[in-house]
Amino acid sequence: MSSLSTPAAVPESPAGAYTLRRRPMSEKLLDGGFRNLTMGLAALVATVLLAILITVFSGAREAIAEFGTSFLTSSAWDPVNEKYGAFTAIYGTLVSSFLALLLAVPLGIGTAIFITEDIIPSSLREAIGLMVELLAAIPSVVLGLWAIFVMEPAIRPLLNLSHKLLGWTPFFNTVPQGPGMAPAILILVVMVLPIITAIARDALNQVPIELRQGAYGIGTTRWGAIFNIILPAAISAIVGGVMLALGRAMGETMAVTMIIGNALNFNVSLLAPGNTIASMLANQFGEADGIQVSALMYAGLILMLLTFVVNVAAQWIVRKLSLRY
Amino acid sequence: MTSFPQVPQAHSASSLFDRGTLFFKPSLGRNLFNSICTSIAGLFATIAVLPLVLVLLYVLVQGGRLITPSLFTQLPPAPGMSGGGIGNAMIGTVVVTLIASLLAIPIGVGGGIYLSEYNRSGWFAQVVRFCNDVLAGVPSIISGVFVYGLIVATRIFFGQSYSAMAGGIALSVLMLPTVIKTTDEGLKLVPQELRWGAFGVGASQVVTILKVVLPAAFTPIATGVVLAIARAAGETAPLIFTALFSPFWPEGIFNPIASMSVLIYNFAIMPYAPQNQLAWAASFVLVVMILAANLLARWITRVNRT
Repeated sequence: MSSLSTPAAVPESPAGAYTLRRRPMSEKLLDGGFRNLTMGLAALVATVLLAILITVFSGAREAIAEFGTSFLTSSAWDPVNEKYGAFTAIYGTLVSSFLALLLAVPLGIGTAIFITEDIIPSSLREAIGLMVELLAAIPSVVLGLWAIFVMEPAIRPLLNLSHKLLGWTPFFNTVPQGPGMAPAILILVVMVLPIITAIARDALNQVPIELRQGAYGIGTTRWGAIFNIILPAAISAIVGGVMLALGRAMGETMAVTMIIGNALNFNVSLLAPGNTIASMLANQFGEADGIQVSALMYAGLILMLLTFVVNVAAQWIVRKLSLRY
Repeated sequence: MTSFPQVPQAHSASSLFDRGTLFFKPSLGRNLFNSICTSIAGLFATIAVLPLVLVLLYVLVQGGRLITPSLFTQLPPAPGMSGGGIGNAMIGTVVVTLIASLLAIPIGVGGGIYLSEYNRSGWFAQVVRFCNDVLAGVPSIISGVFVYGLIVATRIFFGQSYSAMAGGIALSVLMLPTVIKTTDEGLKLVPQELRWGAFGVGASQVVTILKVVLPAAFTPIATGVVLAIARAAGETAPLIFTALFSPFWPEGIFNPIASMSVLIYNFAIMPYAPQNQLAWAASFVLVVMILAANLLARWITRVNRT
């Protein structure tokens, strides 16, 4: 009876009481076409990822053939003699991101606990949460500008003090002179803090209320409950978030480039200028030619593999370690 | 009957249930530990909020006092010279972000529709979701390297190397995972009854998706898209060797173009005070735009929830 049905398409309507609507050919084509279109768009994501891998790898092939694995261990970066090794940058990437996380993880998780565990009024909690989220939205180039002109001069006395007190260790044996590894690590802390805080906060909020009630019911204190019940229940998501933050720290470019000093020579001191793979790419890619482009692509490939491993490990940890309530 | 022998408190049954034990004793070890931990957490939260306050303060004060009408209408001055503005960089940021949005939003929403409406758990959907997560973790500078290798070095667009188009494509690579993810998750939240209802009154699948399901998920998708655009507008790393920079007004999308983020980077590391000042002014404009977009995204969520 539907006005949509075509009489010719219903030869056997049962008793003529109602008719099945037959889909016209145009509608079938449209449905199928739209499905294929969206499928193609979804496939494009995989294509883009593959294209990135292929482009970077094919760009790096020349340098891979030329330098092989010695690229990973040599710290020579010499455009004049065309000798390239990325050890300085790889070391800088790993050290800056690990040390930044070492500082950011307690800060982030502490903040997340502070704004989930009913310590302060909820309006204040939401205000802190909002501020941390807005911090994540500030472009890294603006943070870099701030780091150059405000943060680095402000912490210089502290760095001088650390040089005076700890100058006998190789990690502090250079006089701080502006850009360097230590300010870069501090700006990385500012950049990954919102990620860790946001993920830890979500993880803590998802711990079932019954677990808290049970813990408080048998008479534990707030921090007894946090350390023994709540944190263990949320640990998988928190670890996953920390790994994501590690991936972000490794690939972070602008703020680090502006404050790390982009040194070509290897120096173990945290107060001396350093380099990371990402900042090396940002700094040199525009002016490079010949095998230097290829060497930079090789370094980019290493960065991609590092972040890939970290991100996949993060997903795996979240999936494997998550508790089932 | 009143003369009980004095027994050590800890062992007496009466003291175990003595009312006094129910009062809060701050000097108890566990209560001390409790207050110490709470103070540490409060201190950490303060330290976490401090950078935001300081960055915002400096950008708003340092940049805010440089805001003049000529800032929006003039070209940046030659190195070392004072005066001028960031007019070309503002237009450039809008152009590049627009190109990125026009590429990433249709592709991302379409891909998200496929994942949520056609193939929720098949192997192909799993592969696409995995690739999407990996793509989300690719460092932004790598997307610049990718577009450099694919478009800039090959001069694929009319023999042009650096171009606004290349910059827009590099940014779209960064936006794409966010748009797909928010579309996918947003559509999954739409109740199944809506789809059944639409099919029940005779709608085709395309009509169901475009006219019923997609509008129902408008809020989360719009929020995600606005956040992705805001993030793209502030990105620098993918632009420095794709869109490059230009001290002139934009000359079409197949030529190098200025952008505010690259201007901040270039002018921050110059040893001239006027350029540094312009970098602060550009930061002010960029931060105000991005914070406004973030607050807009929150507002979309709040308005549609009530």
